[in-house]
Amino acid sequence: MITFLLGRFLSGAVGLFGVLCIVFFLIHLIPGDPVEVMLGESALQADKEALRRQLGLDLPLLQQWRHYLGNMVRLEFGHSLFSGRPILDLLLGRIPATLYLSGISLAVAVALALPLGMMAATHKHRPWDFGAMGFALLGISIPNFWLGPLLILVGSVWLGWFPVGGREGWQAVILPAMTLGTAMAAILARMVRSSVLEILGEDFLRTARAKGLSPIRILIYHVLPNALLPILTLLGLQLGGLLGGAVITETVFAWPGLGLLIVEAIQQRDYPVVQAAVLCISVTYILINLLTDIVYAWVDPRIHLTRH
Amino acid sequence: MRLWLPASLLLTWGLLVLISPFLPLTPDTINLSKILAPPETQSWLGYDDLGRPLADRVMSGARTSLVVALSVVTLGLLVGGILGITSGYISGWVDHLFVRAVDILLAFPGLLLAIALAGVLGPGIENVILALGLTGWVGYARLARSQVLSLKQADHVIAAHAIGASTWRIMTRHLLPLVTAPLIVEASFGVAGAIVAEAGLSFLGLGVQPPAASWGSMIRDGTRYMLVAPHVVIVPGLALMLVVLAANLFGDWLRDWLDVKDRSER
Repeated sequence: MITFLLGRFLSGAVGLFGVLCIVFFLIHLIPGDPVEVMLGESALQADKEALRRQLGLDLPLLQQWRHYLGNMVRLEFGHSLFSGRPILDLLLGRIPATLYLSGISLAVAVALALPLGMMAATHKHRPWDFGAMGFALLGISIPNFWLGPLLILVGSVWLGWFPVGGREGWQAVILPAMTLGTAMAAILARMVRSSVLEILGEDFLRTARAKGLSPIRILIYHVLPNALLPILTLLGLQLGGLLGGAVITETVFAWPGLGLLIVEAIQQRDYPVVQAAVLCISVTYILINLLTDIVYAWVDPRIHLTRH
Repeated sequence: MRLWLPASLLLTWGLLVLISPFLPLTPDTINLSKILAPPETQSWLGYDDLGRPLADRVMSGARTSLVVALSVVTLGLLVGGILGITSGYISGWVDHLFVRAVDILLAFPGLLLAIALAGVLGPGIENVILALGLTGWVGYARLARSQVLSLKQADHVIAAHAIGASTWRIMTRHLLPLVTAPLIVEASFGVAGAIVAEAGLSFLGLGVQPPAASWGSMIRDGTRYMLVAPHVVIVPGLALMLVVLAANLFGDWLRDWLDVKDRSER
């Protein structure tokens, strides 16, 4: 298990290094002079030079890279070009909102996917199955920037149950979480179905049925724990999708998270903020994947017993 | 049914795009007396916030999504296919490097890298294709590599190697034909993904620029007027969802149909 985890840590570290590289080069992909793009053509020469120095863009590329890496290690992201506030403060102010939204969305997704997937598997090729898989297909095909406005139309405008946007009150998270969670629920439900179907054909289930256990007991104690392993891996990967999808969902609902910060910063050409926020989300994603692997190794006896 | 429904939807989409240059469409013509007007006989899908006919704009948006989707998928298939097959077959340090590069690109969740790329490159259809192409090849490459890794030990490949066939010949004549089927299935899902991604970038204001139409930017513009004219959001979204649904259904069907083992059992 140690070897397995060491390997995962190593691949996480490589991922982190690569992400740092790509985020560093983002600013060099700006067509033309990045400083001029950020400040506008009419900016004073002195201001341009000051920003160039502040961003380290006046140094040779290799030194820029070292300068950047040093700053990242010390968590010094610099200041926002737009508001002048330290970028670290901006990030820390937005991270809780994104994590909260992602967490609730994950809960929505699991709460929808588990019953749907299990129902589809236990009623294979019957109306329940077609209904559940139809929902899954629809969930995958509806983009969240359309589902979001539709949910606002129904839930906020017509029914008046939820606020249109923002983060005031507990109701505010419901519509964004439903928007973000639906696609994930759809993918998970398909996975739960195929995973449960596979387990249903196993010998130990025939034994359980022969013992006279009730179908519910079989499902909860015998099928679910075994079906959960592949689902767990997918959950880790899908959480990345949630973090990525949060950019659009947060924009739809004006949810004050990291995603909205990125979009606002792009519109304001505040590229240091874009870099820092992209880095922040990606590092979170790498950590989540690492955590999933650790949980996976801990849950699956086939991995954590290999050392004996 | 499983084939005809999605295939006819996709064909309609393609045909509409092909014939749209010959139709008297006026997607950019502003008619101030028709602002946010609901569907009527003259324009059966209604008008948008500038009084432009939604039906014409949906057709124009269809062209944007088709061009982007086909370009991104072709780019992904070419780059991903070549890199995946080469790295899987040659293995060694090339493969090691490839796996690391893929790991790094996969460390960016979802659309995030494409959004950041489109953000720094600036708006425009070319930059959307570039941003989605640069991030979209990874899936094809991983698939091609994993297929080649298992095919490498197949008898016909070992035999070809034994009679002295060159690496190029083995890769193009003995591996590529067998890798093509799963890649095509992946590509049909890729079309759905690329359409959503393009519309997503346009929704964020990073895609095609006004007055050109994209389903994503139509939805974004429409959300401001959703209270008084829900049709400006519903119409482009419905078009988008139908095409994506059709591409996903077609992908499902193709996957089952190309699965040779499955077919012999039928």
